[in-house]
Amino acid sequence: MNIQDYKGVFVFAQQVDNELSGIALELVGKGKDLAKDLGTEVTAVLVGSGVKALADTLGEYGADKVIVVDDPELAEYRTEPYAHALSSVINEFKPEIFLVGATAIGRDLGPRVSARIHTGLTADCTQLDIGDFPINPIPGKEQLHNQLLMTRPAFGGNTIATIACPEFRPQMATVRPGVMQKAPREEGRKAEVIEFNPGFTPNDKYVEILKVVKAVSDVADIMDAKILVSGGRGVGSPENFKILEDLAEVLGATVSCSRAVVDAGWKPKDLQVGQTGKTVRPNVYFAIGISGAIQHVAGMEESDIIIAINKDETAPIFEVADFGIVGDLNKIVPALTEKLKVEMANK
Amino acid sequence: MDFMLSKQHEMARTLFKEFAEKEVKPLAQEVDETEVFPRGTVEKMAKAGFLGIPVPKEYGGQGCDPLTYAMCVEELSKVCGTTGVIVSAHTSLCCDPIMTYGTEEQKQKYLVPLAKGEKLGAFGLTEPGAGTDAQGQQTKAVLEGDEWVLNGSKIFITNGKEADVYVIFAVTGVVTDKKGRSKKLISAFIVEKGTPGFTFGTKEKKMGIRGSSTYELIFTDCRIPKENLLGQEGKGFGIAMHTLDGGRIGIAAQALGLAEGALDRTVEYVKERKQFGRAIGAFQNTQFQLADMATKVQAAQLLVYKAAMAKATQKVYSIEAATAKLYAAEVAMEVTTKAVQLHGGYGYIREYDVERMMRDAKITEIYEGTSEVQRMVISGALLK
Amino acid sequence: MKIVVCIKQVPDTKGGVKFNPDGTLDRGAMLTIMNPDDKAGLEAALRLKDKYDAEVTVVTMGLPKAEEVLREAIAMGADKGVLVTDRVLGGADTWATSQTLAGAIRNLEYDLIITGRQAIDGDTAQVGPQISEHLGIPVISYAQKIEIEGDSVIVERQFDDRYHVLKAKMPCLITALAELNEPRYMTPGGIFDAYNAEITVWGRANLVNVEDSNLGLKGSPTQIAKASDKVRKGAGEKVNLDAAESVDYIIDKLKVKHVI
Repeated sequence: MNIQDYKGVFVFAQQVDNELSGIALELVGKGKDLAKDLGTEVTAVLVGSGVKALADTLGEYGADKVIVVDDPELAEYRTEPYAHALSSVINEFKPEIFLVGATAIGRDLGPRVSARIHTGLTADCTQLDIGDFPINPIPGKEQLHNQLLMTRPAFGGNTIATIACPEFRPQMATVRPGVMQKAPREEGRKAEVIEFNPGFTPNDKYVEILKVVKAVSDVADIMDAKILVSGGRGVGSPENFKILEDLAEVLGATVSCSRAVVDAGWKPKDLQVGQTGKTVRPNVYFAIGISGAIQHVAGMEESDIIIAINKDETAPIFEVADFGIVGDLNKIVPALTEKLKVEMANK
Repeated sequence: MDFMLSKQHEMARTLFKEFAEKEVKPLAQEVDETEVFPRGTVEKMAKAGFLGIPVPKEYGGQGCDPLTYAMCVEELSKVCGTTGVIVSAHTSLCCDPIMTYGTEEQKQKYLVPLAKGEKLGAFGLTEPGAGTDAQGQQTKAVLEGDEWVLNGSKIFITNGKEADVYVIFAVTGVVTDKKGRSKKLISAFIVEKGTPGFTFGTKEKKMGIRGSSTYELIFTDCRIPKENLLGQEGKGFGIAMHTLDGGRIGIAAQALGLAEGALDRTVEYVKERKQFGRAIGAFQNTQFQLADMATKVQAAQLLVYKAAMAKATQKVYSIEAATAKLYAAEVAMEVTTKAVQLHGGYGYIREYDVERMMRDAKITEIYEGTSEVQRMVISGALLK
Repeated sequence: MKIVVCIKQVPDTKGGVKFNPDGTLDRGAMLTIMNPDDKAGLEAALRLKDKYDAEVTVVTMGLPKAEEVLREAIAMGADKGVLVTDRVLGGADTWATSQTLAGAIRNLEYDLIITGRQAIDGDTAQVGPQISEHLGIPVISYAQKIEIEGDSVIVERQFDDRYHVLKAKMPCLITALAELNEPRYMTPGGIFDAYNAEITVWGRANLVNVEDSNLGLKGSPTQIAKASDKVRKGAGEKVNLDAAESVDYIIDKLKVKHVI
C-alpha cells in the first residue's frame, strides 16, 4: 500500500428506499471541509438500485463527484453486495479518507469493508480534523502531516480519545447522525457523475431477505430520543403538559418527566427519567419545572446539553444545566414554541 | 482457619446481590404495603435455582453448601425481609427434613419438585397452646388402616396458604416412664395442600414480614396415606428439633441481612443529610454509633457463617445455630432501631425502608425458637 | 449444533476509567463485568441450546483475569470456555482483535458464531463483522430475534426505521443487541460447577493463519493520538431575563449547538 497513491475524501451516501439519509448530506458537508484542508475533492459514493437521480442532490449539497454503483442486487441493503461495492470503489479509486454514517447500516458495513481492505476504522466520531500525527512532535519519530484525526467518546462516555491511522489507507471513520452539519444547499450545482459497477455475483456470503417490516410509528421510547422535553412538578398539572408537548412537536422531540409527575399520576412510569426511572442521554435535555434532585439528575446528567427553566434560582438543577433560565415556564415555553415554529419554517 | 470467602462463594454472593437489587428491591415496599405474597418473585427464584440451594443435584437442587444457602437468604433479606423468610422456611423447614429423614419415594415425590421450586414448602409445629412448649402439641394423628387421620390446628405457619407441601407434626401416642410421668409421642408427616380435611383459617395481620403468608392450618379428619409418615413413628420431636437447628441458621441469615441492609441505608443517609451546615455523618455521635453497629453486624456475620460451616461439617450443630440466631436477631433489632433513629423523622416514613426493616427484624427474636429458647439451648450445653 | 460465543470482560464504566502511559486502557485496575451485548448473545446461544441441544463454547480475549467472565458464562449454562491471552496481543485495536479471535476460532468447529453488537468500553461495534470477514462467512448484525431452520438461520435484523427478516446459511456470524433478550441468572450450583470446569487457555502460538504483523498494538492500523478524561458536567450559565429575552437566549443556544 503506497500511501501517496491515495487521494481524495470519499463519503458513503446512505440511501434507504431511494431517499438520501440525512447523514449522507452531513458527511458530504464535513467531507467538503476536510477536502478543503487537504486541497482535494469530496466524492459521494451512492450505492443502490435506480438511485442515479440522487446524485443531483448530492451535488447541490457540496459533492464534487458522485460515484454511482447501481445494480438490482443493491436494491435493499444487505451486507455482502454493499461491502463488495464499497471495497471495489476503494480499490479502484484509492481515496485517502472514507467516511460512513454510524447508523444501523454504516456500523455493519464499515467494519466489514475496513476488514476487507485491511485498514483502520474509528467508530462514532464526534469530531474530524486534519492534523499531525503524533500531535506533538516526538524526537526520533517522524511527524506525519495531513492526517485525519478522529475524535470520539469511549468507555461509556468517560473518555474522549483522538485516533489516527497513519500507516493504512483509506483512513476510515463512522460518524453519528446529527453531529456534523450539512453544507448550505447550492441549487443547480452539479457534481461529476461516474458510473461504476464491479459486478455482483451472489455467493455464500449473500443473505436472503425474506421480509422487510417497516416500523409503525409508535410511542417513542424516551431512551431513543435525541431531544427530550422533560417536565417536573413545576409544570403544575397534567393539562399544562400540553405546552411541553407543543414544544416537543416543533422540535421533533419526545416528552419525559420526573418522578414527582409519575407519582402524581400525571404521566406513566415509562416516561420517568431518574434513578428509579430511565437513564437517558439525549443531545438536548430540557428540564422544565424540575427541581433537580440527585435522583433525577442521575438519570440525565449525561445529556449533551441541559437547558433548565425554573422560577426558583436556587433549584439544584442549575448546578448541572449548561444553560439555566430563571423564569416562569408558563410564559417562556409557549413563546419559545411559537418562535421556533417561525425559525423552522424559514429553513 | 480461613476467613476469606472462596471465589465461588464471592461469585454466588454477586449473583444473589444482583438478583436482590434487580428483582426483589423494587417490590419490597409494595409487598409490605399491600401484604400480597410475591408469587412472581418466587417463580423467578425457582428459575434461578434459589429454592433448592443445599439440596443435592440428584434431587433437583443446586448441590451447594449451607454457607451458600445462608448467603442467599442474607442478600435477599438485605432488601426484603419477607422474601428472605420465604426462602428460609421453604428450604430449611421443609426441604431439609425431607432430605434428612425421607424415604427415596418421598424424596422423589416431594423433594424434587420442592428443590426445583415447582412447589413451595412449609412447616407446621406451632399450635395455639404450643409455642415454646412445643411438646404441648394437641394435634393428633391416628392410624386407621392405610391412612393416618389428622385432627387439630397449627398457627403462625409461614408460607401458610401459598405452600403446596407441608411437614406437619402430630401426637401419635403416649408413653409413661418409670416415674409414672406420661410423655407424648410425636410424629412427623408430609401433607399436601388440597387434601380433603385440610383447610386454612385466618390470615394473620402482622407487624412485619407482611408479605409473608402466615396462616392457621386446620385439620379435620384429614386423611393422608400411610406412606406420608416422615421418619420413624414417635421420633417426630427429634425431627422437629433437628430441623429447627437448620432453620435457625436461615433465620440468623435473615436477621443478619436485615441488619446489614439497615446499616447500609443509614451510612448513605448520614452522608447526604445536612444539618447545621454539615452532613450528620460528620458528627462524632453519629460516627460512634455507626462504628458500634458495624462491629456488631460483623460479629453476627461471623457467627452465622460459622454456624453454616458447622452444618456442613458436623452432625450436630445446635449450639452454633442457637448462638448465631440469638446474636443476629438481637443485633438486627438493635441496628434497625438505631437506623430509624439516625434517620430522624424520615426514619419513621415508610418510603425510607428502615422502619420496615425494624418491623421485620422483631420477629427474628421470636420465631423458630425465641431468644429465650436459644439461651436455654446454649446454657443447657454449657452446664451439661 | 455447535455455537461459539465471543464475550468480553469490560470495565464497569460506571466506576471510572484508568489509562496506561501509552494511552491504552489499564484494564487490570478496574471493576469488571461481562459486556451486556455479549451477555445477550450468550443468552441467545443458551436458548438455542435449550431448544436444539447445541453445544456452546465461549471465547474471550483478554488478561488472565478475563477467565472470570468465562466462569460466569459456564455458570449460566455454557459448556466450554476458551481464554485467549498473551502479552503480544495487548493494545489491539479492532482489526488486531478480530484477527486474533478469528485465529482462535479457526481451531473450533462451529455452525454459528454469536458476538455482541458492541462493547461498552470501545463502543465500536466493529469486531463482530470484522471476524466474519476474516473467516469469510456471512454476517447479520443487530439481531433482535434468532431462529434455526435446517441448515440456515432466520434472523430479524434491526435497522433505524424497519427490520429485515433474513435467511443465511450456516456457518455464519450474528451480532446481538442487549435488547434481544433478558439474560438468565447464573445458578448457585452452576457457579461451583463453573469453577470445576476446565478452561482452555491459548496464546499466540495457537492462533491459526494469523501473521504477527496483525497482532497487538503493533498490528493495529488505528493508533491513539490523545486520550483524556471527559470533564464531568458542572454548572453552566444561568440567566435571569424576561420571557422574550429568555426565548431568544434559548434559541440562540440551540443554533450555536446545531440543534436547529
